[in-house]
Amino acid sequence: MTPIVFPVTAALLFAIGLYGVLTRARLIQRLLAVNLMASAIFLFLIVTSTGGPHGPDPVPQAMVLTGIVVALSTMAYALVLIRHLRVLTRAETLESIVDD
Amino acid sequence: MTEAIDGLTAGSLTALILGPLILALVAVALPRRRLIDSAVMLLALLLLALLLPLSRAVLTHGPLVMDLGGHDAPIAIPLYVDSLALGMLWLLTLLALAIHPYASAWLQRSDHPHADDYPALWLVLWTGLNSLVLSGDLFNLYVMLEVTTLGAVSLVMLGQSAGAVSAAARYLFFALVGSVLFLLGTALVYADIGLLYMPMIAVHADASPAIVVALLAITAGVAMKAALFPLHAWLPIAHASAPTPASAVLSAAVATAGVYLLLRLWLGPFAGTWTITTAQGIGVIGAAGILYGSAQALRQQRIKVIVAYSTVAQLGYLLLLVPLAQSPLAWQGAVYHAVTHGLAKAGIFLAAGNLILAIGNDRLENLSGADQFAAKNLLVIGIAGAAVAGLPPTGGFIAKWWLLSAALGQGQWWWVAVIAVGSLLAAAYVFRILQYAMRQPENRAEIDPRVRDQSLPYALLWPPALLAALALGLGFSGELLAPFLQVTDLSPALGGTGR
Repeated sequence: MTPIVFPVTAALLFAIGLYGVLTRARLIQRLLAVNLMASAIFLFLIVTSTGGPHGPDPVPQAMVLTGIVVALSTMAYALVLIRHLRVLTRAETLESIVDD
Repeated sequence: MTEAIDGLTAGSLTALILGPLILALVAVALPRRRLIDSAVMLLALLLLALLLPLSRAVLTHGPLVMDLGGHDAPIAIPLYVDSLALGMLWLLTLLALAIHPYASAWLQRSDHPHADDYPALWLVLWTGLNSLVLSGDLFNLYVMLEVTTLGAVSLVMLGQSAGAVSAAARYLFFALVGSVLFLLGTALVYADIGLLYMPMIAVHADASPAIVVALLAITAGVAMKAALFPLHAWLPIAHASAPTPASAVLSAAVATAGVYLLLRLWLGPFAGTWTITTAQGIGVIGAAGILYGSAQALRQQRIKVIVAYSTVAQLGYLLLLVPLAQSPLAWQGAVYHAVTHGLAKAGIFLAAGNLILAIGNDRLENLSGADQFAAKNLLVIGIAGAAVAGLPPTGGFIAKWWLLSAALGQGQWWWVAVIAVGSLLAAAYVFRILQYAMRQPENRAEIDPRVRDQSLPYALLWPPALLAALALGLGFSGELLAPFLQVTDLSPALGGTGR
């Protein structure tokens, strides 16, 4: 397997995520799509960390570790928000809710 | 590159970030409202006192860079203070001082069931905003953007109604996609030049395809968070359905910080990446935002929606700094505009909050007779509105004057037309509110006598008055403050490319 496979996979995953976030109306699916985009970037960062003259570069790995924590927190927050919205309005999308 | 940082400066920078953070943890662990409220006020006063020597240090030494944790330049996370950052810090601290006591009193008076949760949320948001302003590390900015987002979305959720929660969800999704795009840009920059340290990126970033894509991704990401036209769709809904003190924070601080970040990135690390044509393009986006936001504001029937669209418009002025960046006057004007607009906009929202307490909602047609029962609040809206519109003698006038002079000085007359038309429209939508307020009421019995100006607690009256007074006072201190706003040497701010 050549190294090009990883960045191409990352780009594809990012594209799938972007497509999902733009086309899906259900909030859960949108959230998963956003998460897929973030994971694609993490994969890309890990790929860039390999192959330095002094072994793997630790900086992207530290970024991914931090990024996973951030993504986990925002994901949990978004899930609670979506659930709260559903309890209030029985809605799974934003389009069906009118202000006031 | 690194100036010798003395103990006071290091302490001030640390206090700006750790102060609100520690207090936020205390507020969660120990939810005693009165205690926390006094502590927030004390902290804001302390930080204001610390900003004085910090401003003097920046004035004498130029931009300060402080590398954290004893690491060396490319690995360390730097804190970076220049006149632009200083303006934001003053704005944020003054807003903290004025909005917090008001918010506490307002939520309590409107019997909000979660009034006790507000201080912790605001303190987390304040931590995020201060770090966003100070941080000079791309990845660190991403983390701080997320902290800011979680704080800001939570404030919208305090609105509680189904409309508010759905507005919060819309805001959250815009912000989530925005931060993923920001992260993409960060990853591309690191993959291309192996740097996250912003003061050094400028030297290495050129117009290579990876960096250009990175700049585009970062710009789109931040624009989604800052609600720049045409990615502003969430802002009017969120700002109108959040509790009024939260709207003040969102409009005056969060949105401004987003645009600040964009300017910081375009004119700092990425200054060598774009061309004059791209700069004009950013200016056109700003101009479109000014015209669209103002036109929408004129058509609305609710005060908070008017003020929210006005924010979309006023943020556009800040983007005009990108095409005008060669002129020091434009820098002065942009900083002055950010500060004046933030203070004035918060003042309008707080005064509108008092009107909402009085009449129960913020519809224009219900305002009739407000000149009699809420004269003080209308005065605040009038003065702060004049500052937003840029009428003399307010600070808004000075800011727009400097921007106009910069545009004329560089022969870019088309921005002059945009600035002038934007001001005219702003004056129109502000005076439209006053016009409705001065109509004779048809049915006076509807107004609850308890909520007349005289019966409002002191904590609801002085914050909007203070904010309007500051916005007005800035109109008389332009010459006094100009040295602090001066970019002593444009080349480091523009990445040393001599652009």
